[in-house]
Amino acid sequence: KDCSFYWRKPNTPRPLGKMAASMKNVEEIRNRVILGEFGVTNVHTTDFPGNYPGYDDTWNVEKFQKNFRIDVVHLDENSMEFDMVGIDAAIANAFRRILLAEVPTMAIEKVFIYSNTSIVQDEVLAHRLGLIPIKADPRLFEYRNTEEEGSEIDTIQLQLKIKCSRNPRASKDSSDPRELYLNHMVYSKDIKWVPIGNQADVFADCCIGPVHDDILIAQLRPGQELDIVMHCVKGIGKDHAKFSPVATASYRLLPEITLLEVVEGEKAERLKQCFSRGVIDLEDINGTKVAKVVNSRLDTCSREVLRHSDLKNVVKLGRVRDHFIFTVESTGILPPDVLVTEAIKVLMAKCQRFLNELDSTIME
Amino acid sequence: MAGEGEKKAVLEMVQADGADEGCVTFVLHDEDHTLGNSLRYMIMKNADVEFCGYTITHPSESKINFRIQTRGGIPAAEPLRRGLNELSDVCQHVLNTFQGLFPSQDSRGVLWRS
Repeated sequence: KDCSFYWRKPNTPRPLGKMAASMKNVEEIRNRVILGEFGVTNVHTTDFPGNYPGYDDTWNVEKFQKNFRIDVVHLDENSMEFDMVGIDAAIANAFRRILLAEVPTMAIEKVFIYSNTSIVQDEVLAHRLGLIPIKADPRLFEYRNTEEEGSEIDTIQLQLKIKCSRNPRASKDSSDPRELYLNHMVYSKDIKWVPIGNQADVFADCCIGPVHDDILIAQLRPGQELDIVMHCVKGIGKDHAKFSPVATASYRLLPEITLLEVVEGEKAERLKQCFSRGVIDLEDINGTKVAKVVNSRLDTCSREVLRHSDLKNVVKLGRVRDHFIFTVESTGILPPDVLVTEAIKVLMAKCQRFLNELDSTIME
Repeated sequence: MAGEGEKKAVLEMVQADGADEGCVTFVLHDEDHTLGNSLRYMIMKNADVEFCGYTITHPSESKINFRIQTRGGIPAAEPLRRGLNELSDVCQHVLNTFQGLFPSQDSRGVLWRS
């Protein structure tokens, strides 16, 4: 049977044509993306039932659960790197897309400007305020209904009230603005939380406000002031990028480098230079230096080795198609491991929504 | 998606006259490649499905046309339902595996780190 709707490039080799090839070739077509000199081949997932005789590719829960694993490589409060092995690109990409655009956060949406005599225009100032990450757990809030007045369950109120004045204690001949003026740089630490309703009790222990204190919002000179009230609401990145909870979330596939023949001496030295540091090491065997692949994970897959005519046939470059190395950097609102769990829950909720819809249409 | 007042269509089924129940195009509203591609993968793994594909008809409209053709006269809603269930189970397994790596987190997962 043929595959899906999306456009297949005309000169991509179809797996059915290679059926006569050896077992090893079939395994390679099924599991590896090949990085060639002029193109990347074997990119699409082809292991669907009926494509390969002799293989049972029907969805098997036990087989999936046996092959699937997650390894966390690095985790700190703002970023995390983990490996997801044994899953298809479609689902890994769904997690990545949800991390970027569909995990909700709180951000400043409505800016009530009572007084802005600074040199920054109102709309520019409002835009900058919207992009400031707000440390408030979005799971404790609800989406705001556009027609209703904001209430304590869906809105956070913040205030920025600052006035720049001349420093009376500055020396007569100084020209440093830090000495001459008071409050001439408006930072995000000047944004104060104004609790509405019962928020003061519910959020007594966790202070709500900007994640970072040192984001410069505007600069003032004596006599200029800002008097602004802001409402934060819950939203998703799909609506506006300010709601995106990640600085970025990306994945790459695990590179695989195979040496097809023994490389020694000066050639091995040059081979080592073609890859990122730490990928290829030179071993001393019987006096000569022999190249060995030590850690292909560190490689950035620049394919530099394919530019050298004597080295390009020595190496086979590829990627393991079901091994994803995710990097998630949070903006600080939620820890990265919480973000990943929330993203998985969003995908489950999407499935559930359509299952409920199917049930209700079948009922009718 | 957030805070809708009136009822909007979420899922529609479009079937050609004369075709059997096995060839149906579903229109999923407010969806894109995120659910479309992952659902397509799960449904393609089903041996009863002869054809499965999705398109985004126009990038300005957030809806996808999801087509399923089955063999053997099976109604098309069945592999769709099975695909959704299996995708949901995959997510549950991934979630369990992932959360199993962080046993110190409480169930709400509310962590305030200074």
